[in-house]
Amino acid sequence: MNEEEHLKTLSDIKGLMERSSRFLSLSGLSGIFIGFYALAGSIAAWWFVNNYAIEITSYYTLATNPDTEEYKSFLSFFMGDALIVLALSLITGYILTQRFARKQGLKMWDTSAKRMVINLFIPLVTGGIYCLILLQNQHIELIASSLLMFYGLSLLNASKYTFNDIRYLGILEILLGLIAAMFPGYGIICWAIGFGILHIIYGISMYYKYER
Amino acid sequence: MKEYVNGLNREFESRVRLGIMSVLMVNDKAEFKTLKELLDVTDGNLASHLSALEKAGYIKVKKQYIDRKPNTSYSTSAAGKKAFSGHLNLLEKFLKSNK
Repeated sequence: MNEEEHLKTLSDIKGLMERSSRFLSLSGLSGIFIGFYALAGSIAAWWFVNNYAIEITSYYTLATNPDTEEYKSFLSFFMGDALIVLALSLITGYILTQRFARKQGLKMWDTSAKRMVINLFIPLVTGGIYCLILLQNQHIELIASSLLMFYGLSLLNASKYTFNDIRYLGILEILLGLIAAMFPGYGIICWAIGFGILHIIYGISMYYKYER
Repeated sequence: MKEYVNGLNREFESRVRLGIMSVLMVNDKAEFKTLKELLDVTDGNLASHLSALEKAGYIKVKKQYIDRKPNTSYSTSAAGKKAFSGHLNLLEKFLKSNK
């Protein structure tokens, strides 16, 4: 064995260790799309609140009294808005990740993908259920910040099983969530930053780093 | 320089065996199917290398039934981890001494 062979062996070993333990087909391009959906969703929410002629930072005061018409229309609009953004994001993420996996000649739904998805969804679903409980108990002002934090924790957890980059995205989302919890009026703005702008920045950087 | 080469573990001489050990070092366990896809080898080839590693005491085999289908998964033994780490260290040392 000569030096070149040893080098190749070592780099093969490193590659196999990476490939077998991490999901490396997560599409950065989908992050860019998801960011734009979230920005559009935030703008729609801002437009809705604006219609009631109140400041964007007092949006949650629309939902303080569950018996009013305002409460019902606020709730259905915000839930619908969030669900549309979520659905579009999941579909886009799935399609583009599949495309990226095919381009790399890999199967999308392998052990590493399953492991990443499970570890992403355990904290995320917990957060989703927790927010429904908050809604039930009319703590509307805490929902935006809680989801940001749970999303951040989900990314942090999933980062062990995919590109390490999303670890830092997770930390940023957690910080934004804490800020949103301190200033509940800034929930929509923090969502626009956390789910919109940060996704776009991360999407672009990951796209250039891995996908091109 | 020569002694490093001689010190290299003969059990790890094949690309497939190195591959199997690499995957098992960073995963708790791996199924036959997963290994096959990752290493891109035939069933027979993989099976013979796996049994060689098992005979050497470097990997542990667990056979079970999942949904009534046979399922075989593999993991490293303590001896296998030690041997493989030693092998990697030797490779690195050899590269450094050649610089």
